[in-house]
Amino acid sequence: MRFTGSEILVKSLVEEGVTTVFGHPGDVFLHGPDMLTDLPFKHVRCRHPQVATHAAEGYYKATGRTGTVVVSSGSGAANCVTAITDALIDSMAIVVLSGHDPAAVMGCDTSQEADVVGTTRACTKHSLLALKADHIPRIIKEAYYIARSGRPGPVLVDLPKDAIMGRGEFRGYPKDVSIRGYNPQLYGHPGQIKKAAELIAQAKRPVIYGGGGIIHSDASEEFCELVEITQIPTTLTLMGLGALPTNHPLWLGMLGMYGIPWANMCMFNCDVMIAMGSRFDDRITGKLSEFGKQCKVIHVDIDPTSIQKNIKVDIPIVGDVKYVLRALNKELRNVERNWAMEFEEWYGEIEACKKQHPLRYEQREGVIKPQFAIDMILRLTEDYDPIICTGVGQHQIWTAQVYRGRKPRRWLTSGGLGTMGYGLPAALGGQAAFPNSLVLNIEGDGGFQMSMSDLCTLVEHNLPVKTFVINNKGLGMVRQWYQRHSAHPSSQSDLRHQPDFVKLADACGVAGMRIERPEEVKAGIEKAIKTPGPVVVDVVVEQEEHCYPIISAGTAIKDIIDSGEPIPDKLIQGWR
Amino acid sequence: MKGQTPSQRHILTLLVENRIGVLAKIAGLIAAKGYNMDSVSVGETMDNSVSRVTLVVHGDDWVMEQMVKQLNRVVDVIKVVDLTEEDFIEREMILVRVNADSPDRAEILRIADIFRAKVVDLTHRTYTLEVTGAEDKIQALLELLRPFGIKELVRTGRIAIGRANKSLPRKPERVAENGEDVEKKSSAVVK
Repeated sequence: MRFTGSEILVKSLVEEGVTTVFGHPGDVFLHGPDMLTDLPFKHVRCRHPQVATHAAEGYYKATGRTGTVVVSSGSGAANCVTAITDALIDSMAIVVLSGHDPAAVMGCDTSQEADVVGTTRACTKHSLLALKADHIPRIIKEAYYIARSGRPGPVLVDLPKDAIMGRGEFRGYPKDVSIRGYNPQLYGHPGQIKKAAELIAQAKRPVIYGGGGIIHSDASEEFCELVEITQIPTTLTLMGLGALPTNHPLWLGMLGMYGIPWANMCMFNCDVMIAMGSRFDDRITGKLSEFGKQCKVIHVDIDPTSIQKNIKVDIPIVGDVKYVLRALNKELRNVERNWAMEFEEWYGEIEACKKQHPLRYEQREGVIKPQFAIDMILRLTEDYDPIICTGVGQHQIWTAQVYRGRKPRRWLTSGGLGTMGYGLPAALGGQAAFPNSLVLNIEGDGGFQMSMSDLCTLVEHNLPVKTFVINNKGLGMVRQWYQRHSAHPSSQSDLRHQPDFVKLADACGVAGMRIERPEEVKAGIEKAIKTPGPVVVDVVVEQEEHCYPIISAGTAIKDIIDSGEPIPDKLIQGWR
Repeated sequence: MKGQTPSQRHILTLLVENRIGVLAKIAGLIAAKGYNMDSVSVGETMDNSVSRVTLVVHGDDWVMEQMVKQLNRVVDVIKVVDLTEEDFIEREMILVRVNADSPDRAEILRIADIFRAKVVDLTHRTYTLEVTGAEDKIQALLELLRPFGIKELVRTGRIAIGRANKSLPRKPERVAENGEDVEKKSSAVVK
């Protein structure tokens, strides 16, 4: 039977199991006017293609199902580039379907034309071009397979108008994919796994360092089992939060530049480092010449390029963390060893570090400390098992430092690229996937202003996201860096004129609230959570607060900075 | 770590899908990662769905390991082989137009003869020579022609092929892999 390309596309997406797409229409719109009214899946039309693409990332991270974006040609697709780059570095499985002028006029600079495949070549895992309606099913199948398998990533499918409007055969959706140049390795090498088990069995001061790969491969269960068997203290990267419940006794906290001191101490003093689905990012390693020198490194990753990219690895294992963990756990279960007892000295060092470098901030009368507000939000919502989204900056770090979560796929944040304004779109995507869950968006005032246009989308689609704007009237992290390293401390980082976020919310049909005094914080948060529909809470906080502790770029654990000025004893507020 | 071994010249042979944009993806990747590339040449193989790319690059062991992994990661790249790990034959063709005024004409022809270069075009004041060879031969010829004045030079870029009879393989386990047919390469199948 012959169908239009758009009909074939929609059939293919349905066969692929797509239930929600995020998008922004345009002249060269993929569905074709005939398909617009009667789509067999939910179409969340956003106000900006970048928002739609971040929302697809949020949808993917929250569900594990590939996010889908539908945008128009040229400017529509070009607006997605930042979010596609974000998805590449954070391994988010999304498929971006972009319209294009007819193939015959490609490259003729027609209205709203851009070389989108060329533009996105450097920021996609793969890009595909469908020249005929007949090709669409195979190309869609390949796109979703490549996006989700191996190390997940964004795939762009460019669909010229003649492929979409033209007619073609639909001989069913392909069941198999065969791509001769693409064959991700799932199972780790058994010999290497055995060697890793032997090394772990002899370790005296080991640490497990997990990353986003555990979340992507749905390997939390196996990961927790590894921790249980071996009783090894465990830290996670920003992207890996949620892989181990934060109330687990062996949970150290997030590591890295702004990480928990005792998590970093373990990384610098361990004898065996067990890296799982993490990529030794510069925010983790600090000064490379001083990192991992004292220990043997086991590194499991599905992406061979992640291994031995930044640091020397003693036992590399290429494979899906889930399968490798199953095999590794099997080996380790047979090891006869009283793990916990042998690590007692090591645990003692961690306890000593906790006493020496507790997380702390200076409590002051009459102002809301951002750490206090964020801690309260997390404490008061913990029992709701919320999906927590953040933007990028100080608020993100503070949230990650005291993150409380018991399950994976509840933590949506932009890691590798650090894309400001990520919070609201990610929350939109997470809430679209789980309409009945509590979805929190903890954003900075700077980032919020990059994507607040989509408050109306929340109302339109009845997505009750609770947004907390941690408002320090500026770009806090930028200000902090300038103040620490520059003679012009506030250069361009103060946002001197802010919109009234309460009125703004009101204008969009969203409930707006403001919290200005410490004593209002608890009641304000509770009220926001109980208010039906989307809410924006403007939390006015101390402006000059810095994120601590810091291990500055190019330094190591011994150079840790616990706080700015020494804090008088009676004003110290410990918070973890 | 980077810089612990000396930087060396490598010839990489890539079998890639013969599709629009594949060369751009490879070139873009090499540029984005800051790798040093001396030469690139591309052409179809006997199977017209597959192209063969020959890259001449420089890097220490650390860089080369990453580069090969990064190239392998490209979905449209079917296979990457570092020919410099084995015995191989390397060639480049050049077309060079050199000044040939009457006192020099015989000398240039003598040089051309020694290098087995062909005269493919001539005027009263120039010769255009065609010559093939490995990098050092081409370089030697150009040095000899330089004093006469080289007016124009075109190079194809290096191509290379592994020796069929690998009498002295430095890494014997690689031999079988290199002899493998493209079609036999395992492909990903998902149900």
